[in-house]
Amino acid sequence: MADKATFRIWRGGNGTGHFVDYATAISPGMVVLDAVHGIQAADANDMAVRWNCKAGKCGSCSAEINGKPRLMCMTRLNTLDLSVPVTVEPMKTFPHVRDLVTDVSWNYRVKTKIQKFKPRKPDAPDGTWRVQQADVDRPQEFRKCIECFLCQDVCHVLRDHNLHEEFIGPRFLIYTAQLEMNPLDTGDRLKDLKDRDGIGYCNITKCCTKVCPEEIKITDNAIIPLKERVVDEFFDPLGGLFKIIR
Amino acid sequence: MAEYPIHEYDVLVVGAGGAGLRAAIEAANAGCKTGVITKSLLGKAHTVMAEGGMAAAMGNVDDRDNWRVHFADTMRGGQYLNHCRMAELHAKEAPARVYELEAWGAIFDRTPDGRILQRNFGGHRYPRLAHVGDRTGLEMIRTLQDHAIHQGIDVYAEHTIVILLMDGNRCVGAFGYDRERGRFKIFHAKAVVLATGGVGRAFQVTSNSWEYTADGQALAYNAGAALLDMEFVQFHPTGMVWPPSVKGILVTEGVRGEGGVLRNKDGKRFMFDDIPDNYKSSTADNPEEGWRYTQGDKSARRPPELLTRDHVARCITREVKAGRGSPHGGVFLDIAWIKEKIPNSIEHIKKKLPSMYHQFKQLADLDITKEPMEVGPTTHYIMGGIQVDGDTQMSSVDGLFAAGECAAGLHGANRLGGNSLSDLLVFGKRAGEYAAKFAKERWAGKLDQAQVDDAAKIALAPFERGAAGENPFAVQSELQNAMQGLVGIVRLENEMQQAIEKVSALRARAANAGITGHREYNTGWHTAIDLDNMLSISEIIALAAIERKESRGGHFRDDYPDKSAEWAKYNLRVTKGGDGRPKVERVPVVPLTDEMKLVIEENK
Repeated sequence: MADKATFRIWRGGNGTGHFVDYATAISPGMVVLDAVHGIQAADANDMAVRWNCKAGKCGSCSAEINGKPRLMCMTRLNTLDLSVPVTVEPMKTFPHVRDLVTDVSWNYRVKTKIQKFKPRKPDAPDGTWRVQQADVDRPQEFRKCIECFLCQDVCHVLRDHNLHEEFIGPRFLIYTAQLEMNPLDTGDRLKDLKDRDGIGYCNITKCCTKVCPEEIKITDNAIIPLKERVVDEFFDPLGGLFKIIR
Repeated sequence: MAEYPIHEYDVLVVGAGGAGLRAAIEAANAGCKTGVITKSLLGKAHTVMAEGGMAAAMGNVDDRDNWRVHFADTMRGGQYLNHCRMAELHAKEAPARVYELEAWGAIFDRTPDGRILQRNFGGHRYPRLAHVGDRTGLEMIRTLQDHAIHQGIDVYAEHTIVILLMDGNRCVGAFGYDRERGRFKIFHAKAVVLATGGVGRAFQVTSNSWEYTADGQALAYNAGAALLDMEFVQFHPTGMVWPPSVKGILVTEGVRGEGGVLRNKDGKRFMFDDIPDNYKSSTADNPEEGWRYTQGDKSARRPPELLTRDHVARCITREVKAGRGSPHGGVFLDIAWIKEKIPNSIEHIKKKLPSMYHQFKQLADLDITKEPMEVGPTTHYIMGGIQVDGDTQMSSVDGLFAAGECAAGLHGANRLGGNSLSDLLVFGKRAGEYAAKFAKERWAGKLDQAQVDDAAKIALAPFERGAAGENPFAVQSELQNAMQGLVGIVRLENEMQQAIEKVSALRARAANAGITGHREYNTGWHTAIDLDNMLSISEIIALAAIERKESRGGHFRDDYPDKSAEWAKYNLRVTKGGDGRPKVERVPVVPLTDEMKLVIEENK
């Protein structure tokens, strides 16, 4: 590995800005976030960047590295071509704040609209619940989500078509899925998924699954089963007939 | 005189990790108008990184467990400097707090009969930690977050508090800024709960993030509150040591709970060589028995790898110093060896320790199902903090409460793994409950514009110095080196004196910190502001550590390597003296009741 590498980092605020090249020393095992921190400490004290855990657990340091949505803390330099500058940009799907920081507050607003967890009454003698591990494996997969919002960033419905008002995006489809698939939950979010959350907009290109740092099978395990439930509930002619007769 | 927007609350909670969110939920449910300040985005606080689990004596896996055993384990682990009333409340109330999380949507791993599964952890006699693989903290913070957003709580994400606002000895609110725009705001509140976490950023090798800059401890100290037990910093025995850029990142104790063993470069399980007397009767004396313990054999005793964190960290340090360490200055932590015992060990490890597998694979190119990890101690937690009333969590300042890591008491000289997440819930709830009660009984106090104006002036000074001033990142880095080297895992009086001189010199440089650019999301500016808290508390840690002339729990002195019966009687309290300097004094340990003595005796 070379001793120095160049990072081409987006600088500026509120949508205006430009790339600035910074050369910085590199060492074995480094990740992009280390390089950004090194540059910040030495050459650009005021550079805006979010981070917390530096171990892929908190989902704060999302960015686009060489054009790909990734966590800076989990992108090792030895996986990148350092003979050319490494570009680091803010996520494009959210309003820009400054440098590598974007305004992700839309995500937090979306979540508040989704019906909250509504458990059935405790049914075990000790006033708690009995739940088998096999019945929670699937919702546990979705609960691995660290809310990095990379799936929202890459989703073309949001990124290219700006349908933020009509589509909740992959993050909140898996959020809904873990609620719907929690064996204790008694809520019903299918009508919301169809009418308000825009599940029909997803045309299962699986881009979200590809960028998920937690390797959650967002499309196959969450979105497609939810789509099937919505179809069963609202678009199945035989089932509909059955419901009328009943 | 500048005008700043004023936000009015009954209860203001500073911090949105486990303790802060739990406090806010409680206060809001008591009918209080509640605001929460969080330095990062919601759901990113340090709780998210907790791995192993939360300790609660539910007895789901071993029905011999109950609050009495948990209480005795916590006191033994804390070397009896704990606030015994807090240890009692914690042991009694933790199970209800865990079940409550389940009722709010948390999905814990299950026992074969469908109850919440519990795992072994250091210092806990029975399997006690409710968990979700090795990402329990994520489950906990997400559950609290997703519950809190439906309770009518106002969340101020990416805001930092600069000072607490005082009306005499009454805390009446806080003053801070939002990171995005850099604008100041006044929060006027009848009661304030601090839940800001720890101090790990003052050390070089740490599992803590940028947020952990001793804010709550410093805010409270500057407001006149007493701090307690500040000499007790926990160095977690197992942090990553290689590659350099990940040094300090936590490797969960759960690895050892699942059967992982520590070896030196000669392949020797050195933990068997040094088992403290008060743990001899409960610790396995051969590898076979230790293995059986990790696999749930109730007749087996725990392996020495699961002794308390302070002890394991020191044993590792000793091996490394004696030249028996691993190539990169740690020791080996091996979970892959269980393939000798379990046929499907690879899948088993991935299922039990998914994020450890992930972390080593991605950050160190190492497959923990096949090879041993290299690990060494990392600054993880501070047992000391704001002195609080055991029942109400109120500090010595009227209307100022504290919960979680920033508060002191529960853990004494050393915290058991798993007791932190339960601490957050038990005392977060209590702080919220009593802050709400306080807010309902009292009128709002008076705001004093002069306090606000002074704080704003100090906070903005780095901009006036501009590029000519000191680089705040450089000052922070030097502080981290000094604390790591001089007030770290093994301490000496003269080194700690040097640290105090160094901190004093750095304080002068920090007062001259300069910043370029403007106020919008300027991380250099944020660092410059955080420096003051870190420097104040670093000095207090060193002063308390010099004062305690013995070794106990997380505090190990090479010049006083033994425990002293005399020092067992005291906690050290630090307050701001009349001269503005820290005043360190001995205060008697909270006495045990007769029943507590009995409980401790029956669990010896």
